[in-house]
Amino acid sequence: MTESTSLQKKRAAWRIRIEPHLNEPPPWYPVLVSIGALIIALILGGILILVAGGDPIRSYQHIAKAAFGNVGVLSDTIVKATPILLAALACSVAFRMKLWNIGAEGQFIMGAFGASAIILTPILPAETPRWIFIPVMMMAGMAAGAVWGFIPGYLKAKFNVNEIISTLMLNYVAIAWINFWIFGVWTEGGFQMTAKFPENSWLPRLLDYAETFPVFRGLTTHFGLVIGILAAIVLWLIVYRSRWGYEIRLIGDNPHAAQYAGINIMRNTIWVMMLSGALAGLGGMSEVTGVVHRLQTSPVAAGYGFTGIIVAWLAKLNPLVIILVSILFGGLILAGREIQPSGVPKMIQGIILVCLIASDFLLRYRISIERGEE
Amino acid sequence: MNTSKTAPDPSLVVEMRGIVKRFPGVLANDHVDFELRHGEIHGLLGENGAGKSTLMNVLAGMYRQEAGIILVNGEPKNFSSPRDAINFGIGMVHQHFMLVPSQTVTENVLLGLDDPRFFLRLPDYDLKIAELGERFGLKVDPRAKIWQLSVGEQQRVEILKMLYRGVDVLIMDEPTAVLAPQEIEGLFVTLRAMVAQGKSVIFISHKLQEVSAIADRVTVLRRGVVTAAGVASKGVSRQELARLMVGRDVIFAVDKKPCQPGEIVLDVRDVHADNDKGLPALRGLSLNVRAGEIVGLAGVAGNGQSELSQVISGMRECKQGKVTLGGDTVSNRTTLFGIQHGMAYVPEDRTHVGSAPNLSITDNVIMKKYRKAPISNRGLLDMKVAAKLANELKQAYDIVVPNVSTPVRLLSGGNLQRVILAREISGLPSFMVAVQPTRGLDVGAIEGVHRLLLSQREAGAAVLLVSEELEELLSLSDRVYVIYEGKIMGEVAIGGEVPDENLVETIGQMMTGTPLEQIRKEGVASHD
Repeated sequence: MTESTSLQKKRAAWRIRIEPHLNEPPPWYPVLVSIGALIIALILGGILILVAGGDPIRSYQHIAKAAFGNVGVLSDTIVKATPILLAALACSVAFRMKLWNIGAEGQFIMGAFGASAIILTPILPAETPRWIFIPVMMMAGMAAGAVWGFIPGYLKAKFNVNEIISTLMLNYVAIAWINFWIFGVWTEGGFQMTAKFPENSWLPRLLDYAETFPVFRGLTTHFGLVIGILAAIVLWLIVYRSRWGYEIRLIGDNPHAAQYAGINIMRNTIWVMMLSGALAGLGGMSEVTGVVHRLQTSPVAAGYGFTGIIVAWLAKLNPLVIILVSILFGGLILAGREIQPSGVPKMIQGIILVCLIASDFLLRYRISIERGEE
Repeated sequence: MNTSKTAPDPSLVVEMRGIVKRFPGVLANDHVDFELRHGEIHGLLGENGAGKSTLMNVLAGMYRQEAGIILVNGEPKNFSSPRDAINFGIGMVHQHFMLVPSQTVTENVLLGLDDPRFFLRLPDYDLKIAELGERFGLKVDPRAKIWQLSVGEQQRVEILKMLYRGVDVLIMDEPTAVLAPQEIEGLFVTLRAMVAQGKSVIFISHKLQEVSAIADRVTVLRRGVVTAAGVASKGVSRQELARLMVGRDVIFAVDKKPCQPGEIVLDVRDVHADNDKGLPALRGLSLNVRAGEIVGLAGVAGNGQSELSQVISGMRECKQGKVTLGGDTVSNRTTLFGIQHGMAYVPEDRTHVGSAPNLSITDNVIMKKYRKAPISNRGLLDMKVAAKLANELKQAYDIVVPNVSTPVRLLSGGNLQRVILAREISGLPSFMVAVQPTRGLDVGAIEGVHRLLLSQREAGAAVLLVSEELEELLSLSDRVYVIYEGKIMGEVAIGGEVPDENLVETIGQMMTGTPLEQIRKEGVASHD
């Protein structure tokens, strides 16, 4: 190997050449690259743990056990993954059209608010049966999220307002909005939370069936997972198999070509932002009725909307891959807390993310190292 | 082919021996030898993808060869950047200009140089650059901002940039692709002035007539291999060069049946429209196209052709007047309305308007059909039917790709144009507007496109062909309109009212802004 100066001194030198791939790489190649990136990230993370004075192998074993080691923790992982899944689906459909919806967080919060409003206003009385409660709350959550998506979508379509700024700002409006209700109108005895929801408004959990199936004892996995997976499948069908999805993909890839094909871009901008908001809102509804069971700022506005951006991106916007990546991230969030409440696990998450994003470069460029005669 | 030769020939300024350059899956240059003499214009001819630009990018320091050596004035040299190449006296003017639009000509020429170092003292340099331009017949105002200049003037700035850096060898990559006929003549004068003053020029092109007009010698590349090395252009016919380029004889005359025009399909009446900058681009333009004929629209680029095609296809607002298609008004309606009423549109810009680069061939061919059965089925798309359609079109239009799920960004220009034409024609249009459908394509692909356009005419469609290639317009069209600054200067029937030998002359005069009546009046006057 030589130092960089040798390049100028015109001796034989190693050269790194970077050229774009001219042919589509085979289908297994991206998978291989992603796995490679993950391994490199774990090695780098291991070094970090070593420097911090830990034993990397034992730490990793611990993480794996704490996230996926037994049915109990796996269930907890899935509970964490559910809101991420719906938020990531929300981001993916907007990103597909190159609408940079950074506001899944706000739409998620509004969804939680919309669902809560059904119980707390009250729109439906507390003794309403579950089979009416849940669909109505789903609708309310999606509608509230869709409104929060409609605002930036409409502004973008009519006045070309930058959606990154408007969606980001609306996140803060959403937090302030629910704080107003939590602190004021719906407060429970002056605490920053509302009253607990009646049990017949809760999404069914596995532990509810522990009497018939003893294995489910203590498992908090709730119906939100089913909603999320169904949403992913429906979204996949919309994006890849429907007329609307074709329009979304075409606009995302080349808006000029879409216009040329007679597609109404303004209308699609509004509809896609509303769909995105509705999916995030559904996530908020699932979280508030499946896990928290009351409207409260910190466990609801926990940044799932932002994690969703990362997950959507890592899954290359494919709704079915998002399911897997969400579970991985759910596990990391859960297990991270096992080793240290903050710090190292967050750093490992960051390293994985950077490695995966950087590996994208390998999909687009071919790198070869060769010895050239200078 | 003589790579073992060692004694340098003093008459050679550049010698490339055994150059090999590989791209993934393609051998772009396969042991190519190239020689450039002092004071000559050397044409480098070849189809798209023959390896011309690759070879010259190696010489200009943009790429590095995998094998082979480059000698400059008899000495082996190594380039690792365009800067190195310029230091050895070799500069390249690329097809896409690299200028800063908001800066003046002088500022652009000085960009990246060490002198002036701190104080700009621009007026001094303005003078220097004006003098340099004077010497080589490159007239351009040094104080003008780039955005104010025409494409031809911008090209002169690019040449000035290289001359100011003192290059002896100037490589011009497809310089005429962006120029109007008059500007091409001006460029040729400049190039001749340069060689007269001891510089050497390499002229890359795939246009036979230009190469035989300007070059002293010609090197022909075909699929990365030299098929003719430095032959004198005087001693070789265009047919021979064409055969060396494509490996088979190209028919220049187009075979077509006599025109049997039906009724008027497209009627453009007194149309006014603005361009992107909000300036008037079309000012009271009228023309019509009948069923079963190809109508050509001739004119120098930027005289409103693009705007007209956009008004017709519904992509641009029509300020006054109207466009009807088979009796229905299509101007100021949605693009969709035109599509649903049998309009096909082959846009000028294949990659930015005509296709979605990252989507598959299948996705691209259904662009105008996905709304209807059998592809659309209650809001869902039947991808099997779509793939079947794509495969049929791939067969019928000779699209060379392994499979139809390939993203179209991986296709060559000719193949992409075939995808677009396949999509437009398979919709069985009653009217088609094709803007520059053969631009940038090689001879073989051009022939294919011509055949497809003629097949549309025979099928009874009305075709409006917008092109800057007069030869193409004259061989394909039944009538030709000439556009100048958003107005029609006149209309000529091909092989009709104006005698053929004067036809080109007449069209040329109209292209520079003389209306047909005036030409006729003056023609009569001079005969008296």
